[in-house]
Amino acid sequence: MAALVEIRNLSVEFQTARGSFRAVDGIDLTIEAGEVVGIVGESGSGKSVSMLALMGLIVWPGKVQADRLTFDGHDLLAMTPAQRRRIIGKDIAMVFQEPITSLNPCFTVGFQIMETLAVHEGGSRADRRRRTVELLGQVGIPAPESRLSSFPHQLSGGMNQRVMIAMAIACNPRLLIADEPTTALDVTIQAQILDLLVNLQQDRGMALTLITHDMGVVAETAERVIVMYAGQQVEEQPVDALFANPAHPYTAALLDALPERSAGRRRLATIPGVVPGIEDRPRGCLFHPRCRFAEQRCVDEQPLLVPDARGRFVRCHYALVDGEPTNKEPGSIRGEPQRETTP
Amino acid sequence: MIRFLVTKIALLIPTFVGVTLLTFAMIRLIPGDPILLLAGERGIDPDRYAELRTQYGFDKPLLIQYGNYIVDVLQGDLGRSIVTKKPVLTEFLTLFPATIELSLCAMIFAVLVGLPVGIIAGVRRGTIWDHSVMGVSLTGYSMPIFWWGLLLIILFSVNLGWTPVSGRISLLYYFDSVTGFMLIDSLLSGQEGAFRSAVSHLILPSIVLGTIPLAVIARMTRSSMLEVLNEDYVRTARAKGLPPVRVIGLHALRNALIPVVTVIGLQVGVLLAGAILTETIFSWPGIGKWLIESVHRRDYPALQGGILLVAIVVMLVNLSVDLLYGLINPRIRHRR
Repeated sequence: MAALVEIRNLSVEFQTARGSFRAVDGIDLTIEAGEVVGIVGESGSGKSVSMLALMGLIVWPGKVQADRLTFDGHDLLAMTPAQRRRIIGKDIAMVFQEPITSLNPCFTVGFQIMETLAVHEGGSRADRRRRTVELLGQVGIPAPESRLSSFPHQLSGGMNQRVMIAMAIACNPRLLIADEPTTALDVTIQAQILDLLVNLQQDRGMALTLITHDMGVVAETAERVIVMYAGQQVEEQPVDALFANPAHPYTAALLDALPERSAGRRRLATIPGVVPGIEDRPRGCLFHPRCRFAEQRCVDEQPLLVPDARGRFVRCHYALVDGEPTNKEPGSIRGEPQRETTP
Repeated sequence: MIRFLVTKIALLIPTFVGVTLLTFAMIRLIPGDPILLLAGERGIDPDRYAELRTQYGFDKPLLIQYGNYIVDVLQGDLGRSIVTKKPVLTEFLTLFPATIELSLCAMIFAVLVGLPVGIIAGVRRGTIWDHSVMGVSLTGYSMPIFWWGLLLIILFSVNLGWTPVSGRISLLYYFDSVTGFMLIDSLLSGQEGAFRSAVSHLILPSIVLGTIPLAVIARMTRSSMLEVLNEDYVRTARAKGLPPVRVIGLHALRNALIPVVTVIGLQVGVLLAGAILTETIFSWPGIGKWLIESVHRRDYPALQGGILLVAIVVMLVNLSVDLLYGLINPRIRHRR
């Protein structure tokens, strides 16, 4: 059976005054039905943009290219915009980062949810109303009936995010994309929203793609993790394996930055530098300027996303095993970099 | 809501004082004596002159004159025209429907053309559509009304003969005024061709008067649309699989309209100012033409009263625009 979503060599380019900028650079991604996939990376790593491209929400001056972009076997790239809209919002739905600005301030939440139902499922007004009350109840909004006529500014951030989720699951999507759904919320609400998403995913058997920069969130929810850096996929592993034995130095560095993993150290580990922008994209491996293990080869030659000796997909010449780089050639120009980690 | 209303109305008081003081002073700064102008070229007997000056109160110091005027106004008495001897209020009310009719048609023209054109320019940003809309609207905005009016008259009335040159209706039709609005009266009269004639008389003045508001509305709609199209909720609307017509026409437009309505409200003042020129060009028997004639005759009471009434109308329109916000912007409605 075909995978639910298949993405091959997806690129998104933005034309800017200073030339084109690749926000997403050759992503390959497969999502199976009912699976929870985490996409992790820093701000600007292209995780949201790649999912917006799947949704068909990239607007001018953005340009989407892919060798293959399918949903349930249907080629999304070959579809007319009208055909694609029949899938968007129905079979693939998305929850965004900022719940308050993502809802239209001029319409009641009831109207906004019922509108989705009206477009994709039709039915009578009374039916839609009943469904909407049901949905609001399912996402844990108290007194859902009376909330129908509320405007987004009358609800809290957490409540608005619940409304967004209700809207997204209104037509029983087979894939729900949650783009940093908890970033704008405070910590206690974050946990509730994540629980809600995971419960909905399990109850409905839908696939869930969770975009986040929070490794902790990934650990709690995802089955498979894709790590992105500067528009590229750098690693893909099942969540347990990834946490046990990260293959890419970037993943390892991200994990090191988790407070839970820094027990006994006085300071949290950090990754020096920032994600390269439009001007300062390095040659070779995009991560090499910030990598502890970088060699001359990393500067000269861009690594490919290929399985390493252990079968892990990683975009690194010297994939890590137990925190140590492998395949190092003797006599490399830079020599063994200084390392202060203890085994 | 009540507090909102009370503060808005309280703000009208200084405006009232300003308007009365300004018109009172400005008129008297224009050289020329109303009574001498009334007498005409034959001149006037000095005794009669003194008598008339006393009668109209022009012999008293200016401050006293102003005080008397304010006291009268507060009692609802705007005085009588020096020339026609009719109460200013009656004259105003007789002529005002003509101006309302013209202004309304001009505004409808401006909104009906300006809104869609602004939306297209905003949605198709950077295209030939956008550039031509913006270019044409800048030209329209910068065009002097009287010159624009004359150009249109030369082309459509004189050369092409499509529209009449002036007036509200052809002289072939005569009927009593019921509402004061020629479009309605001509329909009520039941005379064949009367309505057609009224409409054809309205077209050019409406276009001329509506051009500046049209340009302002188009530009405002475009920039407001551009801003709104980048908002997260527009992306959400598209993520729901809504057709573009609904995304733009409902989700984006509803938000984009908020500043546009403000601008439309502000254009009412511009419209009434423009009406003075437009009515003069097209011999449209409305307030504008009446005010210009009153200036020529130094008809102090008519001018003072007329301008005050126009100012009140503008203030009331702006007040209702403020109230209208609540309808389109729920965030204002619910703010306590």
